[in-house]
Amino acid sequence: MTVALDADFFRRWMSAVSAAVDREADQLTELDSAIGDADHGANMRRGLTAAVASLEEEAPSSPGAVLALAGRRLISTVGGASGPLYGTLLRRTGKALGAEDSVDPGRLREALRAGVEAVAQLGSAARGDKTMLDALYPAVEALGDSGDDFGAARRAAEEGAAATVPMRARRGRASYLGERSVGHQDPGATSSALLFAALADTAGTVATGESA
Amino acid sequence: MKMLINVPETVVTDALRGMAAAHPELTVDVENRVVVRRDAPVADKVGLVSGGGSGHEPLHGGFVGPGMLDAACPGEVFTSPVPDQMARAAAAVDSGRGVLFVVKNYTGDVLNFDMAAELAEDEGVQVARVLVDDDVAVVDSTYTAGRRGTGATLFVEKLAGAAAEAGAPLERVEAVARQVVESSRSFGVALSACTTPARGVPTFDLPPGELELGIGIHGEPGRERRGMMTSGEIADTVVDAVLDDLRPDLPVLALVNGMGGTPLLELYGFAAEVHRVLGERRVAVAGTLVGSYVTSLDMAGCSVTLCQADEELLRLWEAPVRTPALRWGI
Repeated sequence: MTVALDADFFRRWMSAVSAAVDREADQLTELDSAIGDADHGANMRRGLTAAVASLEEEAPSSPGAVLALAGRRLISTVGGASGPLYGTLLRRTGKALGAEDSVDPGRLREALRAGVEAVAQLGSAARGDKTMLDALYPAVEALGDSGDDFGAARRAAEEGAAATVPMRARRGRASYLGERSVGHQDPGATSSALLFAALADTAGTVATGESA
Repeated sequence: MKMLINVPETVVTDALRGMAAAHPELTVDVENRVVVRRDAPVADKVGLVSGGGSGHEPLHGGFVGPGMLDAACPGEVFTSPVPDQMARAAAAVDSGRGVLFVVKNYTGDVLNFDMAAELAEDEGVQVARVLVDDDVAVVDSTYTAGRRGTGATLFVEKLAGAAAEAGAPLERVEAVARQVVESSRSFGVALSACTTPARGVPTFDLPPGELELGIGIHGEPGRERRGMMTSGEIADTVVDAVLDDLRPDLPVLALVNGMGGTPLLELYGFAAEVHRVLGERRVAVAGTLVGSYVTSLDMAGCSVTLCQADEELLRLWEAPVRTPALRWGI
């Protein structure tokens, strides 16, 4: 059975991402202090809190509109590289979802693919550069043909984030460190894994009929 | 670590409220985080807008005023501002002759200023952009985000600002800014790491007997760690690192910059050593600025920026400037 994902599902997904980032903010900041500038947790928390507040206030009625609004709020509140990159991921995914009231998981997977491509283009980055893409690409692939293997996507994102440890950073602030960036997990890939963990959690509550 | 703050969340807005109180010659929009010279937009003048993460004061807000920036947009500590801020600043300073964005080369700053340029152009403002990338500690290759923007930002803002104040058109102001970028190189050293208000502990661990070479201005670790050296030895290392990349055949402007936690007494001693090394390397110095201008919170340490200057750049350097942090000739 294929589940239709409606605007409420996407709102709950964004709330779950916000809660996960809130919970893990200190860890994200700790990772960022090793190879960046120690603010990833605080910045993402600020942006997602604002995005969730806007979603509650404006209550957009389609999945595409939910992600587009969340993306715009991230761009106008986060700053740094994370704001434009995560904002673009959500905006472009939202745009690709169109204006329908609900979408099936296959459609979501295709939209995410477009969103991840937009991130790669904006950041001039590729897989293996030790960035959020190292979690995002494998996660989208792991969603599978029908697009609903959310558990596999979560695992692939977590493995992708862990796989950044031995990489040498080639983009963003960590790239200034050269070889000294090796041995640390990328904070952006780590927060990207939280995005997919929250998606799996949200889908889990749908599948088992729980209410959020 | 003890800090002179209320709570970490409000350090940027608290500082902006202080700027508003201390500098009636500036318009400080605390809510939207834009600092604008009060007489903006100045008729028939190209507007200069810069911005970046907070924690580098007096950069950029302290450089707003006649002869330098028209507006500055402070982000959170070490986090680039958001596009709405720069778009708002561009609208506030545009006299119809266009606006130049001065952007330090960091991934976040570049992305946010690019998005801001799109927003401003949608509103009919002509926008040009110059990227400052002077830090020779970063190898400029396809495997990095490119050299960082550090001390040369002061020279770009002063010299392009003087050109704009003199009535030059946007293309000319942009060309001056590019010439300054191409003619400037920097290198920095940390004697201690800095502490961000949000984190409260130093961003990296630097033992008492060691220093860090090739640091940036965001508390990110440098390229190499060595045993502690004397001021003279540090000057040898720093100046040679800069001259390795910039081989001036004209006199240079020298910025002997403190990172925020180094006393002026030490900086002037260091400036003497910098002059000694430049003399030994047969580099003529046309002007020297000593002080903490492009800082990294409370980091102890220094950086040296050299800008090779032709007669026009020297004339623009001498031109009057009146800002909170830099003022002469007026």
